[in-house]
Amino acid sequence: MDRKIYLDNASTTYVSSDVIEEMTPCFNVMYGNPGSLHAFGREAMALVDKARDRVKEAIHAKKANEIYFTSGGSEANSWALVGVAKANANKGKHIITSQIEHDSVLKTCKYLEQEGFEITYLPVNSTGLVNLPELLHAIRKDTILISIMSINNEVGTIQNIKTIAKIAHDYGILFHTDAVQAIGNLKMDVQDMEIDLMSMSAHKIHGPKGVGALYVKSGVSIDPIIFGGEDQERGVRGGTENVPAIVGFGKAIELATKNQFVNNKIIKDIRDYFVSKLTERVQFIKINGHPHQKSNAIVNVSFYGVEGESVLMLLDLAGICVSTSSACTSKSSLPSHVLKAMGIADDVAQSSIRFSFGTNISKSDVDYVVDELDKIVTKLRAISPIQAGRI
Amino acid sequence: MYTKTIMDKFQNPKNAGALHGANAVGEVGGNNGNDLMKLYLIINNSRIENAKFKTFGCAVSIAVLDVFCDLIKGKNVEDAMKVSQADVIKILGEIPNHKRNCLVLGEECVKVAIQDYFIRQEKDAKRAMKKAR
Repeated sequence: MDRKIYLDNASTTYVSSDVIEEMTPCFNVMYGNPGSLHAFGREAMALVDKARDRVKEAIHAKKANEIYFTSGGSEANSWALVGVAKANANKGKHIITSQIEHDSVLKTCKYLEQEGFEITYLPVNSTGLVNLPELLHAIRKDTILISIMSINNEVGTIQNIKTIAKIAHDYGILFHTDAVQAIGNLKMDVQDMEIDLMSMSAHKIHGPKGVGALYVKSGVSIDPIIFGGEDQERGVRGGTENVPAIVGFGKAIELATKNQFVNNKIIKDIRDYFVSKLTERVQFIKINGHPHQKSNAIVNVSFYGVEGESVLMLLDLAGICVSTSSACTSKSSLPSHVLKAMGIADDVAQSSIRFSFGTNISKSDVDYVVDELDKIVTKLRAISPIQAGRI
Repeated sequence: MYTKTIMDKFQNPKNAGALHGANAVGEVGGNNGNDLMKLYLIINNSRIENAKFKTFGCAVSIAVLDVFCDLIKGKNVEDAMKVSQADVIKILGEIPNHKRNCLVLGEECVKVAIQDYFIRQEKDAKRAMKKAR
């Protein structure tokens, strides 16, 4: 099968040619260490500064020095939580997050619990939205940080970030958001949205892997988690700057925000076409997530009665790349924590597939995908002991 | 990720689907995210004449069940009970560690189905005794 259709853009994206073009000379022409005082070093530092300015512009930060480059979204999330917790432990040891965060947030919270912090994991409703009254109820005198993701990576639900940030500030609490899926998708204006800390990643927006950033508003206390040179990221994030990747990230975020409106329109149109074709052709499906307060790029569908991984594998054989968050693994084959938190039954969660769109998907691609899905789901339902219509 | 044999069996399972006239059925899994497996057998004079399966399961589960069906067909129930996970691995090749549970479940499913045959036989015998009285 020669045809290849990539519908896993929430997982990663191809690096755009404009980004590659800007990165290339950083490997063998402008290869200095930004920490060096000589011409090569100064040249490299200028490239990093330019990238920092681009990120600043893209998220409307007040100052470029509020942007700290990291190795990606996971490091940014880990750092935001641990760094703020440690630096503010004298004020309190309680943190609020949600049950549907990315593992890099949830596992960091587990680590902080071992370190003596208390974490409240807010529930979500059936559409994946954090319940605001529950949030108000969870706030305590010793709460130092609220961390809620902007867009969920599995179902695409968009949280009420501005409202949550406002609530946090009303109580003098810092607010962090994991915006890895949101950059290029939503207008993330850190000043307007009153965000104190924000995690970003390059490879979700046609930039390279292994680079991201944490926005830290001036005045917010944060301890380092990676120790190193005094000059590297103002002494709070050690390690020689990954200049080519940082340059790529700068270009990618500039393009993503510049083209956001147009890209969103293209993606929304093709997503809508897919959903209408799919619902027309395949019976007994459920689209998970919020009906409209959601990312245009992500469609999470449960195909009743068939197991997600089998669908994924058969689609892969037909040249179609998707993902599933729930799979049967060893003894404890737990369905996705996100779908579980949304109250979705285990077998429905286990039959879910995530399609995430990019701008390069055509209507003919969608027609092919829906044709294949129809065949695959029919084939698997024929050998399933669960009768789809009865669920 | 999976061996060629697993992929072949997964794509074209010979023994998948309903089995009319089955007189023994085994069902396992379906909880805690485990795959749901159902095995249907036609057993005559303690000999397994036909075996088919249905599953709400992954590629490995489908391949495993397909091979178990092949291996138990034609055997008497005592010998079928002895068909092991190792016998299935001999045919399928390496199964990734995180998918070993599918193999365990498959073996359990065969045993549960054969047990079902004994339970039914016992019931039939009791019924026959009652009638005779």
